[in-house]
Amino acid sequence: MDDTPIVEIRKLSKSYRRGNQIISVLNEISLDISRGEFMALMGPSGSGKTTLLNLIAGIDRPDSGTITVGGIDITALSETELARWRASSVGFIFQFYNLIPVLTAFENVELPLLLTGLSRKDRRAHVDMALRVVNLSDRMDHYPGQLSGGQQQRVAIARAVVTDPMILVADEPTGDLDRVSAEEILELMERLVHELGKTIIMVTHDPRAAKTAHVLKYLDKGILDAHPQVDF
Amino acid sequence: MRILKLIFKNAFRHKLRTFLTVLGVTIAILAFGLLRTVISAWYTGVEASSASRLVTRNSVSLIFPLPVSYKEKIRQIEGVKTVSFGNWFGGIYIDEKNFFANYAVEPRTYLQLYPEFVIPEGQRGAFFRDRKSAVAGYKLAAKYGWKIGDMITLKGTIFPGDWDFVLRSIYKGRDETVDETAFFFHWEYLNETLKQKAPGRADQVGFYMIGVTDPNLAADVAAEIDKTFKNSIAETLTETEKSFQLGFISMSEAIVVAVQLVSFVIIIIIMAVVANTMAMTARERIGEYAVFKTLGFGSFYISALIFGESMFVTTIGAAIGIVLTFPAAEIFSKQLSTYFPVFNVATETIYMDILASFLVASAAAIFPAWRAVNIRIADGLRRIG
Repeated sequence: MDDTPIVEIRKLSKSYRRGNQIISVLNEISLDISRGEFMALMGPSGSGKTTLLNLIAGIDRPDSGTITVGGIDITALSETELARWRASSVGFIFQFYNLIPVLTAFENVELPLLLTGLSRKDRRAHVDMALRVVNLSDRMDHYPGQLSGGQQQRVAIARAVVTDPMILVADEPTGDLDRVSAEEILELMERLVHELGKTIIMVTHDPRAAKTAHVLKYLDKGILDAHPQVDF
Repeated sequence: MRILKLIFKNAFRHKLRTFLTVLGVTIAILAFGLLRTVISAWYTGVEASSASRLVTRNSVSLIFPLPVSYKEKIRQIEGVKTVSFGNWFGGIYIDEKNFFANYAVEPRTYLQLYPEFVIPEGQRGAFFRDRKSAVAGYKLAAKYGWKIGDMITLKGTIFPGDWDFVLRSIYKGRDETVDETAFFFHWEYLNETLKQKAPGRADQVGFYMIGVTDPNLAADVAAEIDKTFKNSIAETLTETEKSFQLGFISMSEAIVVAVQLVSFVIIIIIMAVVANTMAMTARERIGEYAVFKTLGFGSFYISALIFGESMFVTTIGAAIGIVLTFPAAEIFSKQLSTYFPVFNVATETIYMDILASFLVASAAAIFPAWRAVNIRIADGLRRIG
């Protein structure tokens, strides 16, 4: 693991308006995430975990503060620049996999590459490689509906890594899986960190998943707890 | 290519819904095409009219006759090339429901004025020689199974009695806009019979058809004809053949407007149906669009997916509708040949079908696309699971 922070968050605040009420979700959070780090973000429901993850991934905008990823202040980017940055720099793993049901595993993994300008042949090579990493080469022609939950999540991981992004963000990646599948996914994520040097930021409620991570952060009422007491 | 494949696959996710939407578009485009063809058929006489032909009739009304003696005076007017004349006969073939247009005309000049009636040379001569002979259009002859040499009896309504004719000629139209359901015979036959049975009605014609030397002179020639017969016992009203035909149509303009309105209402209804389908589709897939946006796909791509699907479903329905319009028009043509002698699907109608389907597809996709493009990614992702 490289100690150089790949993600630098400074005084980040975010609030939502519900009717006439303004609800503060994140309150001046500052955080560094090192390159090659596997960080778990825990906290009770409504603590702002997913909001923080969305902000780091550039799919939401903060009210104030800055987020620098790989030297780029993403809070200063326009919507178009942000979309382009997401395509090249972030891999997403969701709780419900979010695969496109009418596309095969191969086509789902290929999706992010359609924005890269790679030739068909190069795209195929990248997808083959990503599916090999998640050990699903033999299921590339299957549709999501023909795969188990664990296999679908592996396809989603292949889609997340296929563009070789700087960071991977995972929102409850094991939340919809049985214990065996969850362990396989966590093992796979650990391999991505160790073998491919990926940086992973994972939101989870699952203490076992959090235990797999190198670093644990606890968020409560929009504030990071520096010394969390998590019962594993 | 991937986007086309995705559009194709998305379109068939809900097979029943897609089938029903395609069916709706098919029926709408078919109905729209047929109604537009009805309107075209209404104007066929106008379209087929020539700029170098004038019609002269009694200025009081078409039902009042003009003396046949006007012929020579009209012929002497500068700019007049050919003068023919005739009477609307209004005969019935066997039964009143067997309606078709039938006229008594001066054969040689009439056929000179109407070169679009194509008659084999041998049959033309036979028609000229025999005063009791008649000419029928190809469709009319086919409808009643008439052959050359057949005796045809019409029961006169305006000119009472049974009138026997020998079919000496069957004409075909020079092009598809020409009415092939008309029936005409020698005016002399009518006039000679009237001289014997109703002498007071003899030597009178219902209309004159006039060919001018130059279409640019038509207005001047028309004015000159009417001037010639001003203050006479039967004043004339001369107009171009086109105006004459439009005069007939103006009597039924309310029906034409109603048909036009109905055709557009059909398009608006189907627009609502396709818009409903697309709105349901986009609402169900809002999470997927959020995923696409998360992965970096922009508004253009998301819009293309929705517009593409709307266009695809509508195009399938429209294509089937257009293809079916032709056999349907053929059936209409056979069933309604009495009212619409020419019932052909015009190229303009097909263009209007295509334009209508394009407008339906675009209008139906606008709101769902706007919604999908503008939804916040986080909100979209929250709809999944």
